[in-house]
Amino acid sequence: MTSTEPLLSLRHLSTEFSTTDGTVARALEDVSFDVHPGQTVGLVGESGCGKTTTLLSIMRLLPVTARITSGQVLFNGKDLLALSETDMRRYRWKELSIVFQGAMNALNPVMTIGEQIREAIILHDLMDKTHANRRVNELLDMVGIAPSRRDQYPHEYSGGMRQRAMIAMALACQPCLLFADEPTTALDVMVQAQILELLQKIQRLLGLAVVLVTHDLGVVAEVCDTVVVMYGGKVAENGPVDEVYNAPQHPYTQRLLEAFPDLNRPAGSLAVIPGTPPRLNALPPGCRFAPRCHKAFERCRVEAPAETDLGGGHTAACHLLEKAEAHQ
Amino acid sequence: MNRRDYLLRKIFFSLVTLAVVVVLNFLLFRVLPGDPVRAVIGRNVRISADTQQALREQFGLDRPVFPDQFLTALGQWARGNLGVSWSLRKPVSEVLLAKLGNTLLLIGLGQILSIILGVALGLLAGWKRKTAVDVGALTFSLIAWAIPTFWLGIILLAAGSTWLGLPTGGIVSPSNVGKPLYTVLPDVTHHLILPTLTLTILYMGEYMLIMRSSIMEVLGEDYILTAKAKGMSHWQVLRKHALKNAMLPIVTLIAINLGFTVSGAIYVETVFSYDGLGKMFQTALVKQDYPLLQGAFLLLAVSVILANFLADILYTYLDPRVKAS
Ligand SMILES: Nc1ncnc2c1ncn2[C@@H]1O[C@H](COP(=O)(O)OP(=O)(O)O)[C@@H](O)[C@H]1O
Ligand code: SF4
Ligand SMILES: [Mg+2]
Repeated sequence: MTSTEPLLSLRHLSTEFSTTDGTVARALEDVSFDVHPGQTVGLVGESGCGKTTTLLSIMRLLPVTARITSGQVLFNGKDLLALSETDMRRYRWKELSIVFQGAMNALNPVMTIGEQIREAIILHDLMDKTHANRRVNELLDMVGIAPSRRDQYPHEYSGGMRQRAMIAMALACQPCLLFADEPTTALDVMVQAQILELLQKIQRLLGLAVVLVTHDLGVVAEVCDTVVVMYGGKVAENGPVDEVYNAPQHPYTQRLLEAFPDLNRPAGSLAVIPGTPPRLNALPPGCRFAPRCHKAFERCRVEAPAETDLGGGHTAACHLLEKAEAHQ
Repeated sequence: MNRRDYLLRKIFFSLVTLAVVVVLNFLLFRVLPGDPVRAVIGRNVRISADTQQALREQFGLDRPVFPDQFLTALGQWARGNLGVSWSLRKPVSEVLLAKLGNTLLLIGLGQILSIILGVALGLLAGWKRKTAVDVGALTFSLIAWAIPTFWLGIILLAAGSTWLGLPTGGIVSPSNVGKPLYTVLPDVTHHLILPTLTLTILYMGEYMLIMRSSIMEVLGEDYILTAKAKGMSHWQVLRKHALKNAMLPIVTLIAINLGFTVSGAIYVETVFSYDGLGKMFQTALVKQDYPLLQGAFLLLAVSVILANFLADILYTYLDPRVKAS
């Protein structure tokens, strides 16, 4: 759909966790998707399907128990996974920054908001202290916080303001790619809407590329260009929002969207599909969705489906689609 | 709530605690068995009943305990008059002051060393968790923490005096007694090595264990991940974000330990015949020197209250959240 080179390109990324009982949880397997400059990508899926792990793998911030086993993370064509830790540090925040889920705990309680923002600017040697101070004020102003509150501590901010501050902080070094990991969870509905609006405004203003992790299909429809649907550590379906919403190809996406829009369900939660997500340290042999899939057949239980290219940047991983492709 | 309100509130609560302690301290020594006059005149039964009565009047013991004796005692304590030691025949405040300096020197050194070493070791262990360094430091600390003070003191005393020729007790050699401190500093240092080492090892384990668990908890916090995401190195994250947060429990522990200076010093000072409050306390106990014990109790209580108050003040600088709660 876009003619430009992707800004970020995940190529067959796989990540494992070693668990305390000695087993291995294959949290990500063969995850591939692209993010183009200025584009907003929605990343959706049930809790535990690997959304956060995907973001942390890209930024190489995984806990010590995790290991990226294969794949590439190409940023402007350069594989971030091949960089030394020191070189990788230069990319963090300056090129790729992230807004974490719980802003309550994502800010250091014993440091002022202003200092936490300024610290990032100074760290990357972007400007001297005077200019950095001015920049902090600008950033706070941009997210709707009075610069006079820069010397306050996180506990003096409301939940919404903390998330605004977190966004201001994420923009401090003018990154070209912003990850937002469920940026509105734990906020009340009014504030959720304001934060999303702010993100959208900033995305347009700065021409940022954004990867937005959310449970809210309505939000994806509203703000995203493309959507990546994950199930059990794999990409189920990936494509332009219009196309995926109008003609979902993967049975999992279909099930999610059947129940959408559902006015009875609180915003921000996915439809409940019968069954439980797979245990990642005891995966079914075939398709990871097979135990819950309403369209599953014999082959699904023995062989994992490969990704099928449906054209126009739309892909899905399901045996049913392979057949369709074969028929063409 | 601003810092002033917070401090005023803390001062108020400290004063309330102090009042309770003073009353308890007064009552405790009224209900204890023993006749003060008996203790003063010793076994000299030939002192006439009249003289005994005169002595009672002199001590104010003929008047009712409450309110007369209580108010008198209160007035005297407020003026720094803690009474006269029965066994030493000297004002209690004078005795306490003379010993306090020695104890503070010993405990101060022991605390400073154990804090520095314990915190550093705890940091290292928590950071290099589950490595050989961690396991080694943890084992050492658990042993150091569990070891009886007396036993460690005696072992170090035996080892140090036998193999290193270190003095077995006291603060200065007999020949140096009475000389000004700065002229006998090397000698004093020599005497301090073993008791300080004992205290350092004893407290270090505790500091290390608390610091280790504290840093491990802090390193798992979300704001640490934020700091890493900003592009900070492990070292920068540790120094700028983890350390201050992880030190909070240590501040409380230091306050508690400093508050219990006197009681903590009893064993070590006894083993090393170190002329401080702890040893004095032990002697006063054996001789049933009530005024001295009462004075020491008061000092102990005041130092606990003071140490906690200082920790509260320090907390307002370390943790902006305390003022809000
Ligand atoms: N620290 C961890 N240790 C072990 N397994 C983990 C850890 N973090 C995540 N996982 C595993 O990875 C899976 C994906 O987790 P996550 O990426 O947090 O999901 P999401 O963000 O989509 O809710 C989880 O189901 C869990 O099994
Ligand atoms: S491969 Fe089979 S089980 Fe998996 S989604 Fe497609 S139909 Fe369902
Ligand atoms: Mg998550």
